[in-house]
Amino acid sequence: MTAAPAFDPALPWRQSRSVALRPEPFGALVYSFANRKLSFLKSKLLVSVVTSLADHPTAEAALVACGVPEAQRGAYVKALADLARSQMIEVRP
Amino acid sequence: MTAVLPSHPQRPEGGRLIDQFEYGLDAPICLTWELTYACNLACVHCLSSSGRRDPRELSTAEAEGVIDELQRMQVFYVNVGGGEPTVRPDFWHLLDYAIGHDVGVKFSTNGIKLDKARAAQLAATDYVDVQISLDGATAEVNDRVRGAGSFATATRALENLAEAGMKDFKVSVVVTRENVSQLDQFKALTDRYGAQLRITRFRPSGRGADVWDQLHPTQAQQRELYAWLLANGEKVLTGDSFFHLSALGESLPGLNLCGAGRVVCLIDPVGDVYACPFAIHENFLAGNVRDEGGFQRVWQQSELFADLRSPQTGGACTKCAHFDACRGGCMAAKFFTGLPLDGPDPECVQGYGETALAARDLGLGTPKSHIDHSHTGPVRGQPTLLGMPAIPAKACDESPLAGLTLG
Repeated sequence: MTAAPAFDPALPWRQSRSVALRPEPFGALVYSFANRKLSFLKSKLLVSVVTSLADHPTAEAALVACGVPEAQRGAYVKALADLARSQMIEVRP
Repeated sequence: MTAVLPSHPQRPEGGRLIDQFEYGLDAPICLTWELTYACNLACVHCLSSSGRRDPRELSTAEAEGVIDELQRMQVFYVNVGGGEPTVRPDFWHLLDYAIGHDVGVKFSTNGIKLDKARAAQLAATDYVDVQISLDGATAEVNDRVRGAGSFATATRALENLAEAGMKDFKVSVVVTRENVSQLDQFKALTDRYGAQLRITRFRPSGRGADVWDQLHPTQAQQRELYAWLLANGEKVLTGDSFFHLSALGESLPGLNLCGAGRVVCLIDPVGDVYACPFAIHENFLAGNVRDEGGFQRVWQQSELFADLRSPQTGGACTKCAHFDACRGGCMAAKFFTGLPLDGPDPECVQGYGETALAARDLGLGTPKSHIDHSHTGPVRGQPTLLGMPAIPAKACDESPLAGLTLG
């Protein structure tokens, strides 16, 4: 297995195909059937970002389209980078 | 999915995950499912007082129904135990059924059925984890609590798994006064089989209550254990069960919170749903999977679970400077030692537990569970901790020449 590439918000991303997302009152629980890791999306806004990644040309565009406030973009990029590292999201071919 | 939590404190927006978990989830993160109370062993500290099969045990079809429900609720894995789960004739069928329905299985066994063929089968199955229980790094220490011959059975299973090329299997240890000094030996033993070490906290649940005073680690040992976990914590699994030790200083990795009824629960062999595997007592019984609405309704609507889903705001512990670290410790440990649930854990590392234990009204006794499936007659390889004579596991385990002086 090759290591996941570093997160680049200018690339097209999507929720990994081997990942299931379970809605929870605070956000969602994400589970990867590939590496059996469990992770949490701590806000509903982050859930919309992750589930809509595939509809946008870049991750940055998804953040803008979901209405993530300018001041929080950095925190959201970091959250996406964490999800990329644990292979919960992947670059679209 | 919508959790219905009427007339209970409102969940805050955002904040730390641990604070969110206190208000519960729409489905458990994982749950423990004990498939049978039947067991070939009679461990002195069995958390579920197992031994004899319960005739009301869930049928194969009912167990499949539970798995279907877990799949619908997106519970991605279950911890299967017992009793000894592999003595259920449909165990291997249920394992495949769960995996086929996106419910991963981690099962605990004493190894009795893990011969070479089963080990090879497991090694070829994705999405299954095996934990072999061992409560001593040597036969001497292990067999005293788990029974004569149980160390040999467990290590034979470990050999079979290693030989079959099984990956990531675990050796699961309950830390007691008698084995806490063997942690390095456990690590070495586990490494030898290419397995991973998992250590968990001993609780006064089931028959564990009977031997608690004798077997729970002393205060000095708790500090030793804490130091060992800080030094080795990255390499061992703990089921996040030692969070009461976090009050010694640095927080241990993992979830430092009682997850009972909030993020975990137990389904017992007859389908009863309890707040946690260490709380088999009517006070913590939330419902039964056979009831209308099944497991989902019990999890989302039982009054008991709704009560457990709020942060602790009162009681002696909330005034303690370490409360944020240990969150008052383990509910089951307090309950079965006769302590109030909003007070200190009996093993409170700040010493408040000992004070509370000393202040108990012993005339009242400690709460006993009415659910007991312990063997009623003698068992092969009976543990010797209680001073009972051991029946040899097999006749040939004892030399026919023992005591004879030849020549």
